[in-house]
Amino acid sequence: MSRHTTSSDRLARLLALVPYVVSRDSVALDEAAAAFGITEKQLIDDLNLLWCVELRAPDPYCPIDLSYEGGEITVSEAESIARPLRLKADEAGALLVALRMLAEIGDPRDRDALSRVIAKLENAAGEGAAAVSSQMSVQVDSAGEMSARVRDAIARGRRLHLTYYVPGRDENTERDVDPMRLLVVDGQAYLEGWCRRAEGVRLFRLDRIVELTVLDVPAEVPAEARPRDVRAGRLFHPSPDDIEVAFELTPAGRWVADHYPCESVEELGEGRLRVVLRTPDPRWVRGLALRLGDQGRIVGPPELAEAVRADAARALAQYEAASA
Amino acid sequence: MVALSRRKTERLLNLVVCLLATRRYLTAEQIRRAVPGYPDSGEAFKRMFERDKEELRELGVPLEVGSEEETGEIGYRIPPQDYELPEIHLTPDETAVLGLAARVWRRAALAEAASGALLKLRAAGIETSETDSLGIEPRVDTEEPAFPALWEAVKNRYPVAFDYQGVGRTAATRRHVRPWGVVSRRGRWYLVGYDTDRQDTRVFRLSRIVGEVAADGPPGSVTVPEGVDIRRLAFERMETPAEARSATVRLRAGAAQGLRRWATDVRPDGPGWDTARLSFHEAERFAPYLARFGADVVVLDPPDLRDAVIQRLKSVLAGHDRGEARGDAG
Repeated sequence: MSRHTTSSDRLARLLALVPYVVSRDSVALDEAAAAFGITEKQLIDDLNLLWCVELRAPDPYCPIDLSYEGGEITVSEAESIARPLRLKADEAGALLVALRMLAEIGDPRDRDALSRVIAKLENAAGEGAAAVSSQMSVQVDSAGEMSARVRDAIARGRRLHLTYYVPGRDENTERDVDPMRLLVVDGQAYLEGWCRRAEGVRLFRLDRIVELTVLDVPAEVPAEARPRDVRAGRLFHPSPDDIEVAFELTPAGRWVADHYPCESVEELGEGRLRVVLRTPDPRWVRGLALRLGDQGRIVGPPELAEAVRADAARALAQYEAASA
Repeated sequence: MVALSRRKTERLLNLVVCLLATRRYLTAEQIRRAVPGYPDSGEAFKRMFERDKEELRELGVPLEVGSEEETGEIGYRIPPQDYELPEIHLTPDETAVLGLAARVWRRAALAEAASGALLKLRAAGIETSETDSLGIEPRVDTEEPAFPALWEAVKNRYPVAFDYQGVGRTAATRRHVRPWGVVSRRGRWYLVGYDTDRQDTRVFRLSRIVGEVAADGPPGSVTVPEGVDIRRLAFERMETPAEARSATVRLRAGAAQGLRRWATDVRPDGPGWDTARLSFHEAERFAPYLARFGADVVVLDPPDLRDAVIQRLKSVLAGHDRGEARGDAG
């Protein structure tokens, strides 16, 4: 982590370091350094600083006594900083909001632990800090039973057979998948796994799994299967084969820019927008244009605009035929 | 610079230990004498002590200001019961989900807060790690540019002002809001609050906020009314209140899989087609969803839904007229 370190970050660490050792009686230097995410050299510098704490009045004395001889830290005198500082409102909030979100995934195997830890943390945080956490909330589309089955298969290392709906192509597909993990991103749960049909790592949104069968076959995730780095930007990476489609949107069609990641968004005045979307699948874009109606239109590439026109004409022809 | 910050850290640490150790309120002068590292000169000391108090408050150290009866002089102390994290013990399954929770924010605005919390909990003796996997990887993003400013406003309870470009609006308008909370759904963030111009509760999508979010009043001046449930306020109005209605549609055989997942009563209806029933709420909102399937879906009934789909298809046809779609495709 390349976070800048200020003197107050360091102070927070120093105040945590004494109780960290006190609550464990003694801790090895390397273990403590790892727990605080610092080098042993930095840790020793911290310990020396703590050891130097001195109060002058009424009589000079050193309230903290510690040693790290032989690579083991022990604290023999800790006085008033033997307990950690209370959680700040946003610290308690960050954990509580996240725990409530995890509880919403609805996996029964975690449900008990989550509600117990939420109660304990609310209690430890105190009323004020816990109140802030109710002012932020992350909703997750519950995939309760499906997520439990997927995680069970992951834990047991079983291959899965999926009937999976692909909205872009409006198709149900059949495939065997060796599950790797469950991702919960942007409020939605995905199975990440090695798709034996595509011979690659793929994501499957749990609410699009039509049917899931746990096969009596061990999962074999090949060594070259690399999980997505969920810390790096978008979940779905554009491919060089993608097409770029430009839309012009009326003020009522601006929701498209909220809904889909856009390559570019340009204000055209009067609330109108021009956006460029990338997609591997022209059928999906045609569907979007049909959905939009008068809220927007494809302005390029021209073949695609023409295809949408033809789609609409064919659909209308059926209504005319039916009423004729 | 390094030496300076080391001296400052040392001084602040001394100050905390000193104020925790005292039961009596210590005056500034007593503090100056007890804590090493403060200058002798009155003015320089005063400035430094003011900054130090501010830093301790930002760190969450409860600094109590008061005076002893006999002297009446203003003094300071840190009550240990307000300073200390209460005892907390977690079972192994509880520490595992806690580590998972801390990971949720790893690349978001609350990452620092989450690791700060974990640091303190570890210091309380809890063995938790952010690397326990449990086969699940949760992540929440707070990439919206307006998020940090709004979260600060929510936490510190002050009103805000910003330009907002609503869907269907031709221009952004200035909005003044008492923020009650922020909520995320399907990866999108919303602000819930009281709009002081409209004099009503409003929900704002963060992605539609244009430019900076400005503070519009002092901290502590916003009170969230008793019993407000920000999630209900944010999402209930998005849900359709109308009664469920039933539609009869024809689906091309083997196509419109997206609709078939929800359809009931699917039965063959002549060569190449099925009929099915679908439940919907509002024709105007359901029509776009059906239009998306183009020639694979034909609405038979009710007439208002059928007309809404036809209207939509006609406007698609008009919008993609051969003459218009050319030229500006860039």
